[in-house]
Amino acid sequence: MSPNQPLLDVRDLVVRYGRVTAVDHVSFTLDAGETLALNGPSGCGKSSTVTAVLQLRRPDAGEVRFEGRELTRLTERELRPVRPRMQPVFQDPYGSLSPRLRIRDAVAEPLRVQGRWNAAGPARVAELLDRVGLDPAYGDRFPYELSGGQCQRAGIARALASEPRLLVLDEPVSALDPSVRAGVLNLLADLQDEMALAYLFICHDRAVVRHFADRSIELRDGRATEVTPAGRPRSPGAAPR
Amino acid sequence: MASDVLLSVRELRIAVEGVEAVRGLSFDVRPREVLALVGESGAGKSLTARALLGMLPRGATASGSVRLRGDTDLTTQRGRRIALVPQDALSALSPVHPVGDQLAAAVRSVARVSRKEARARAVAALDRVGIPDAVRRARAYPHEYSGGMRQRAVIAMATVNEPDVVVADEPTTALDAELQEQVLRVLGEQREAVGAALVLITHDLAVVREHADRVLVMYAGRQVEQGPAARVLDRPRAPYTAGLLASVPGEPGAPSEPAAPDEPAASGEPARAGGRRRRLPTIPGVPPVPAALPPGCAFAPRCPLAEDRCHREEPRPWRVDDDHEVSCHRWDDVPYPAAELFPEPRA
Repeated sequence: MSPNQPLLDVRDLVVRYGRVTAVDHVSFTLDAGETLALNGPSGCGKSSTVTAVLQLRRPDAGEVRFEGRELTRLTERELRPVRPRMQPVFQDPYGSLSPRLRIRDAVAEPLRVQGRWNAAGPARVAELLDRVGLDPAYGDRFPYELSGGQCQRAGIARALASEPRLLVLDEPVSALDPSVRAGVLNLLADLQDEMALAYLFICHDRAVVRHFADRSIELRDGRATEVTPAGRPRSPGAAPR
Repeated sequence: MASDVLLSVRELRIAVEGVEAVRGLSFDVRPREVLALVGESGAGKSLTARALLGMLPRGATASGSVRLRGDTDLTTQRGRRIALVPQDALSALSPVHPVGDQLAAAVRSVARVSRKEARARAVAALDRVGIPDAVRRARAYPHEYSGGMRQRAVIAMATVNEPDVVVADEPTTALDAELQEQVLRVLGEQREAVGAALVLITHDLAVVREHADRVLVMYAGRQVEQGPAARVLDRPRAPYTAGLLASVPGEPGAPSEPAAPDEPAASGEPARAGGRRRRLPTIPGVPPVPAALPPGCAFAPRCPLAEDRCHREEPRPWRVDDDHEVSCHRWDDVPYPAAELFPEPRA
């Protein structure tokens, strides 16, 4: 991948369900270390866009170029080494962790699945939990024994276990109380700075988008109607509102 | 004040399995007023709402008083005079009956009217919440409604008997921004149309700013602060309220400029320089569990202003001015904006 290429380059993405076109020629790029917000009402195509980017559902047309490779024409087998590098984090902190796995096993699972589990595994899991602000002792617990914010942190640790370059954050803080939400947003900002993670960020809350995203796209009926700088203040006095 | 108070709650205490989760809450709601109950999960908001409705969960006991227009015996009147808009519109409607039938049944459960009259009121209620072609839609089932229409139908259900008070429990949490606005607007219109007051339970301070007349901030089952919404949000007196506001992007209490402006944004390197600047103040620690409350002020262990007294004595409500109460020993020392009270330690 050449240095001036974006990490993710989506061109003319189309997703159809029968005769309904859910995503209609959507294009955008995303750099390492950058946050792009996807906005729009329910049913506008946000989730269809990200599932097609992640190749969880293959798009009907268009290109998804990630780390310089075009993904839409890769076979499932060819995609296998790519998948860990693009990880989703979901809205419902409890729903995204298996209720029957202890937190440490949930975080270890990607390592096991990807054949990277070895003697250093337990230490790696503890390090990941510590990195997301969870006492590694929480590894013994089950999701229902954690608060919503703690669960969301565990979900982020699990996503990080795969050493991703891109996180798809689908309403990651919408279910959280304000002060808990601020802590999780801070964590995401820190991780991004440290690892140059790219974030594709779905969020309803416009104030959060303004605060957190570098740019945003407005989707409506499957079309990207607007690409704007999200207006994070760059200099004193430039604050929105 | 006595005569124009619609709903009066005094020293409400609710214990669940013997553990007190709401600890002496008092407030008044006036006609057509919107009171927001604000607090984090576990603060006791939803229990309070359920006590107003007389729908406490099994194992919960309440003491204190809830009076509607001076009337304490509400057992037979609930449903007509105090109605609930529940959190989840999907599960609030039965999937196996047409929406209109469900509304008509609600009418006949409190009023002795003919089926035809009940039907007419049901259609009128659907029409009032802006459901197009209400006569025809009344015959449709919930699954034939869109998400927004279903939420409206639930509001119609809550207002069909023209209640005095509507309690809305997080009515917007599951909705997208546009639907949220719509739902809150419809709730507002209903309040005007049937003359009801609204008790709005939420953790969204932007909703409070936009839609509430008064706000009551709760922490660990007690009132932290209460007053006119604009005044409380613009000049919070309790450190907890100030911390909540500081943690919300876009609220004036939050830093519009970086909390840690250590490096000027180098032009040409936009995104990377941004992260450090995006940190939001947070309140350290977590709320206590009701079974293990700290002595003194329940917020003291997390409070940057706490002194000895705060760990010993529970603060009483103090009238800051006419209509604004705060329960904090140190309210006079709370700076504003209060972001600097809650610096975020580097994780």
